[in-house]
Amino acid sequence: MYEADTVDVVVVGGGHAGCEAALAAARMGLETVLFAISLDSIAMMPCNPSIGGSSKGHLVREIDALGGEMGKVIDQTYIQTKMLNTAKGPAVYSLRAQADKKKYQEEMKHRLELTEHLRIKQAEITQLLVEKDTITGVVTASGAVYHCKAVVLCMGTYMMGRCLCGDHVTHSGPNNLMAATHLSENLRQLGIRLYRFKTGTPARMLKSSLDLDKMVPQYGDNHIVPFSFTNRAEDIARDQVLCWLTYTNEQTHTVIRNNLDRSPLYCGVIEGTGPRYCPSIEDKVVRFADKKAHQLFVEPEGENTEEMYIQGMSSSLPEDVQIAMYRTIPGLEHCEITRFAYAIEYDCIDATQLKLSLEFKKIHGLFSAGQFNGSSGYEEAAAQGIIGGINAARYVQKKAPLILRRNEAYIGVLIDDLISKGSKEPYRMMTSRAEFRLLLRQDNADLRLTPYGYEMGLIGEERYQAFLQKREAIEKEEARVRKVLVRPSQEAETLFASCGSTPISSGVHLSDLIKRPEFTYDKLAPLDPERPDLPEDVREQVNIQVKYEGYISQQQKHVEQFAKLENKSLPEDMDYANMQGLRLEARQKLDAIRPASIGQASRITGVSPADISVLLVYLEQYHRTHRQNQEQSL
Amino acid sequence: MIAYEQEDIIAAISTPSGSGGIGIVRLSGEGSIELADRLFSGKKKLTQKPSHTISYGKIMDGDKVIDEVLVSVMRAPHTYTCEDVVEINCHGGPYVTHKVLETVLKHGARAARAGEFTKRAFLNGRIDLTQAEAVIDLIQSPTEYAREMAVTQLGGKLKETVTALRSDVIDMIASLEAVIDYPEYDVEEETYEDILRKSETLLEKMKQLLAGADEGRILREGIKTVILGKPNVGKSSLLNFLLDEERAIVTDIPGTTRDTLEEMVNLSGIPMKLVDTAGIRETADQVEQIGVARSKAHAKEADLILLLLDASRPLEEEDREIFAFLEGKKAIVLLNKTDLPQVLTMEMVKEALPRNCTVLPVSILDGAGMEPFLAELKRLFFHGEIRPDQTMLQNTRQKEVLERAIAALERVKTSIGEKMPEDFLSMDLQEVSSILGEITGDAASEEIIDRIFTKFCLGK
Repeated sequence: MYEADTVDVVVVGGGHAGCEAALAAARMGLETVLFAISLDSIAMMPCNPSIGGSSKGHLVREIDALGGEMGKVIDQTYIQTKMLNTAKGPAVYSLRAQADKKKYQEEMKHRLELTEHLRIKQAEITQLLVEKDTITGVVTASGAVYHCKAVVLCMGTYMMGRCLCGDHVTHSGPNNLMAATHLSENLRQLGIRLYRFKTGTPARMLKSSLDLDKMVPQYGDNHIVPFSFTNRAEDIARDQVLCWLTYTNEQTHTVIRNNLDRSPLYCGVIEGTGPRYCPSIEDKVVRFADKKAHQLFVEPEGENTEEMYIQGMSSSLPEDVQIAMYRTIPGLEHCEITRFAYAIEYDCIDATQLKLSLEFKKIHGLFSAGQFNGSSGYEEAAAQGIIGGINAARYVQKKAPLILRRNEAYIGVLIDDLISKGSKEPYRMMTSRAEFRLLLRQDNADLRLTPYGYEMGLIGEERYQAFLQKREAIEKEEARVRKVLVRPSQEAETLFASCGSTPISSGVHLSDLIKRPEFTYDKLAPLDPERPDLPEDVREQVNIQVKYEGYISQQQKHVEQFAKLENKSLPEDMDYANMQGLRLEARQKLDAIRPASIGQASRITGVSPADISVLLVYLEQYHRTHRQNQEQSL
Repeated sequence: MIAYEQEDIIAAISTPSGSGGIGIVRLSGEGSIELADRLFSGKKKLTQKPSHTISYGKIMDGDKVIDEVLVSVMRAPHTYTCEDVVEINCHGGPYVTHKVLETVLKHGARAARAGEFTKRAFLNGRIDLTQAEAVIDLIQSPTEYAREMAVTQLGGKLKETVTALRSDVIDMIASLEAVIDYPEYDVEEETYEDILRKSETLLEKMKQLLAGADEGRILREGIKTVILGKPNVGKSSLLNFLLDEERAIVTDIPGTTRDTLEEMVNLSGIPMKLVDTAGIRETADQVEQIGVARSKAHAKEADLILLLLDASRPLEEEDREIFAFLEGKKAIVLLNKTDLPQVLTMEMVKEALPRNCTVLPVSILDGAGMEPFLAELKRLFFHGEIRPDQTMLQNTRQKEVLERAIAALERVKTSIGEKMPEDFLSMDLQEVSSILGEITGDAASEEIIDRIFTKFCLGK
């Protein structure tokens, strides 16, 4: 061992969580070091070659609104982009982009290298140094000691990683990268509980071996929407590549069924819990036996490679079965597999050991983020990463942590779910998890979060001023359309007729017309001569906020009630174990999770409304006793 | 999400159940006085009255007078809960008191949970610290807790029905959500027509449930009873037995219409509404069939059919014709005139009848066999036991919840009419499921996600 350095923040791992964590801490002015087992694996996408999608697109936008990097990098390196769900309501619009994987990695790594106060180093961390329940440093495999004030764990799926392809087992992280084999034991010694989770990835194939004519081409959008609020569509416009759609068939399913005994998933070799929303093809065929065909999307891994990703068909079947099964599929009859599908098992933590700040309850200064917390997905990881990085920095600065609430961000929902409920399987973000999703739209992420980003020091002055201008423009225009009266006229009648709308017989407020299903703010421009010239994002906000006003205000009312319970904080030293009025299960759960507020307590599975009532009484008792004690000591 | 219980207006009947005379409906929370004003009709508005005063007036539901009342207005902080408190003193008996509570709930108050007034009193500093334990006991004590839970436990059947309804709603949500969360997967999408059709079916079911022959309604309106039987079998005697002033009190229950064709009786605590009593008298006088035909029409709507057979005569075509009306109904068959020589035996009757009927031998004239008949009535309608107050209380809560669920489901239809995007339909439906969840005691989010992955094959 040797004394290598003393820094403020150490980030362990260079995946999507690690990158955002390190950038945030460094940008907040703290001396930060990021360790990765291989620097070539920084920001690697070991599974699908895309960023965003339903609810994940929201996360990327929120990361960007806080001053994170994922959105900017994907805008720089996308090869196809699409806004999905545009007919299903503004809350569920979802932006997704196919990435050039290698370029994405390179771009992100370069940005890390260029960041002041940040250094990246290739090393495996094997030990955490903890004194008096406080983190003091980390040790690398080669014995270098880095003293620090805070650590963010972002190890992803590398911990005791084990990859399975039939009966062939490789002790490695994703993509044959070296696994981290020492840290798990060290964490256990520090009293941290670990789970074992499982996930998987499909095969990659050589494009020239595929018969693309037999598949359905999938095009990107002509109208591009950038992920980052700092980019304009015209600045990132470029030629887009095609993806392809094909289907499995009965023959494919027969091959799979005949070989189930050779699948480690079905013969008990895999111990880890896999996610329901990333089922392997074996799972799909077994669980949905009557489904005749499953969709497969064939997606390029980049522009400078011929490798294609086969989305929808992850597997842990042996290689020979994989060859046979993939070759039953139209277009894949002669496929050349470059990398076989595999399942991966890894250690992760029970996230209920964390506070909402992502700091371990028992070890001061030790934070944890990303897939290691039991989530899945690049976006979920990055979202926790930026919060972990910010709060590690805030911890060192001795400032209050940034905690986003469920009514403020998907990031808030994600972290609150992980910490309050724990996860028995890898956690994927879904729009249905967000109870206030009409307020948490991808289009207004900046309005919700950029003030926080600025306060944290991650949003520069110039961007913040531009944001303030945008916000003001929206407010002014919204107020204006509520005042403007549209009167019956020849022009109005023509427009109404062409849109199939009932004509008006007297003056009607423009805002009321926007609420009609057949109209939008933009469509009504001809009847609104005083309308100022406004950018698209401002017009979009005005339209949504006016059009869906009824529903929005209803959710805001729910939020007000929700906030009342969130504001009742629970002291950290509450003695739940001895609260006789609580049912045993509630006592145990509350004692283990130690929620930050009555609101959080109410979301813990196994805590009933009656338990919450009792808890409120204990809380009041607690406060009064403390007040009495204080008065006595005065 | 749990019901937010902090600062809304809560209401409950604060007089012990089962006690007669005056019933008090108590409201607590900011806005209680304003809420009470919306139902109260008196000389002065309650909001204009000084604190700790009593006003005389009427509680109205729209134009309808529910009860004449005395209302106490007590403003925060010098009240039991340290919040604005209103107490409505009702004089019309337990049913009217519940009706007043129902109206209060309809106007935005929430039914108070076990020990909630006391809990608020404590949280607002009104009750001494030493009593905290007692407050907790009150919230969690078996009896109070049972009462709190009663809403979910009452009639396993009701819970079952609501659970099924809610499951249908979650199914629709899951379909919408699966498409939203997996936009590119070939999930079988529910069309707006599907959702409209399903919503209408559900709406129909909920309305039935609301109006259904539940114990609460029966307690209020009486068991709608039709007496059937061929001429001269003893219908008039039975009627006279039921109306006998010595055993039955003819009651005047408010809210029910009384006309010459119906008579309300309270038979050892069992309220009965005898239908077409005039018809029975008519047919007895005229020995004609008109009355029988009319009784048959009433039989379709009845909660209970009392069929009289004559033990001294064999079964005739007329008897068998009437048997057809008993199918699927609650019915008691009384084999009358057992004091005469028997031609028709119990066995013969049982053989000829649908399975759901109970047959009892009686002699109405000398009163033989009437006790078992009353016991059977109780068994049929009140699970052997009558607890009017509790039943009404539970019923009031369920009605409140069902009415809200129906309103929320109506919004789904409106949204479809307005061609709102799927996301909004899902929001409307989630409102319905969370309201129904108040009866079944379930909360949603995870359930929807579970359903999505059970129903659909999704994911990379």
